[in-house]
Amino acid sequence: MLERYALIGLFAFAAITFPILPLVLAFLFRPKKPTRLKQSTYECGIEIQNEAPEAQSIWVQFRVQYYIYAILFVVFDIEVVFVYPWAVATNQMSLFWLLEMAVFILILVGALAYAWRKNLLEWV
Amino acid sequence: MDIWTLITDPFVTIYNLLRSGIIGLLASLGVPPDWIALIVFLIMGIIVVTAILIVAPVMMMYMTWLERKLVARMQDRVGPNRVGPFGLLQPIADMIKFLTKEDIVPEGVDKPVHLLAPIVVVIPVILSFSVIQFGVGMGAVDLNLGLLFLLAMGSMATIGVFMAGFGSHNKFAMIGGMRAAAQIISYEIPQILSVVVVVLLAGSISLNGIIEKQSGLFGLGWYFFYLPVGPIAFFIFLLAATAEINRVPFDLPEAESELVAGYHTEYSGMKFGLFYLAEFLNTFIISAIAASLFFGGWQGPFVQQIPALGIAYFFGKTIILIGIQLWFRGSLPRIRVDQLMNFGWKRLVPATLALILFTAAFLWAYRVLNQFLTGLGG
Repeated sequence: MLERYALIGLFAFAAITFPILPLVLAFLFRPKKPTRLKQSTYECGIEIQNEAPEAQSIWVQFRVQYYIYAILFVVFDIEVVFVYPWAVATNQMSLFWLLEMAVFILILVGALAYAWRKNLLEWV
Repeated sequence: MDIWTLITDPFVTIYNLLRSGIIGLLASLGVPPDWIALIVFLIMGIIVVTAILIVAPVMMMYMTWLERKLVARMQDRVGPNRVGPFGLLQPIADMIKFLTKEDIVPEGVDKPVHLLAPIVVVIPVILSFSVIQFGVGMGAVDLNLGLLFLLAMGSMATIGVFMAGFGSHNKFAMIGGMRAAAQIISYEIPQILSVVVVVLLAGSISLNGIIEKQSGLFGLGWYFFYLPVGPIAFFIFLLAATAEINRVPFDLPEAESELVAGYHTEYSGMKFGLFYLAEFLNTFIISAIAASLFFGGWQGPFVQQIPALGIAYFFGKTIILIGIQLWFRGSLPRIRVDQLMNFGWKRLVPATLALILFTAAFLWAYRVLNQFLTGLGG
């Protein structure tokens, strides 16, 4: 068992070097001629140098929905942590095994229904 | 050493031969037994890792070729046909181009984050290859938590994508990164939950364990044929997984018409190439997971007699599933962001939750009925 995780460790080491290698190779081959225009931030043809500093910022406003979806994600992702051990234990199948998970999932469906009812799932 | 095993199961036989050869060589040199185990583990590990790390990029290169050819045919074009026969050398030309292109780093970017993002995107995809079972006994690691490991690696992609959007100092990249993060975490839930159906059927989360459970008659006992839950779980998985890796029709984070190129707007040269590599390898991994979970991985007719067929079955199934994803790209328009979120949270999540409960109730009822009938018979 330990040997398997050691092999995954070896894999992790290889996975880290794998993307660095082509970057180093490209560093040796590629030209490097930076100009002011080339290095400017990409925009749709509008020059941003003469604008006010706020307008140059990338910190555009974001919808609150991103935050709400992240919270909902945490709720359901933690749920999955409990569902997996339950799903593997099919050899202990019984009425209790079934009802236990039904109650657990119904509680979460309740949470989802509440969020739905409160229009939190709407992309406004 | 007989020829028949070498022909029917070449890779495993050569691996075992090499391993026993190295052990014999080290023993004859008088190396202590503890050291032999360590050295053999390191040498064989490095061979396996190198083999996979050579196969993976080559496969990715020819997936780009396949995508361009197939989509071109769907759009009534010819596709790449200048470099080599049928354009077969096109991916190599592309690679040389990536290597020799200037790497433009715009001023104002968060330099360490901008540099690290493509590396962080690629690492989890490469790690996913460690637990994939390519054939009979041909996985690098047969982890007993293999499926969980794959899903964990799949969700790590969010970090690199968001880093790219955050570090680029560009509105389009920032919006693309935010969208990608929201989309990936939203579709991760139906994806992971639809896999639970297969775990319930198999009673295991080891990838090899799940594949072995699907032997059936002629190796065709695939969970896709497990009516009625198999096909439903597969389609939910395919949709959610396509969204998770940001492919058409769920490619909102890189929607060209509104966001230029999304989170990789400010990337060029080899860094852009790494994002490209990660996207295609992700497509392969997703298809490989779907092939293993719902289509029996290396299972197929006569695979017990001729194990080498397992590799052909596995890659055949995976390539067909990749083809389905390319078919999506050739035929479907991009959906809107509100439709995307609605579909994920209001349709797929309740559907998967209901599907899990239904599968569990079905299995339980089946077992109770079975016990009752055997009780009657006895």
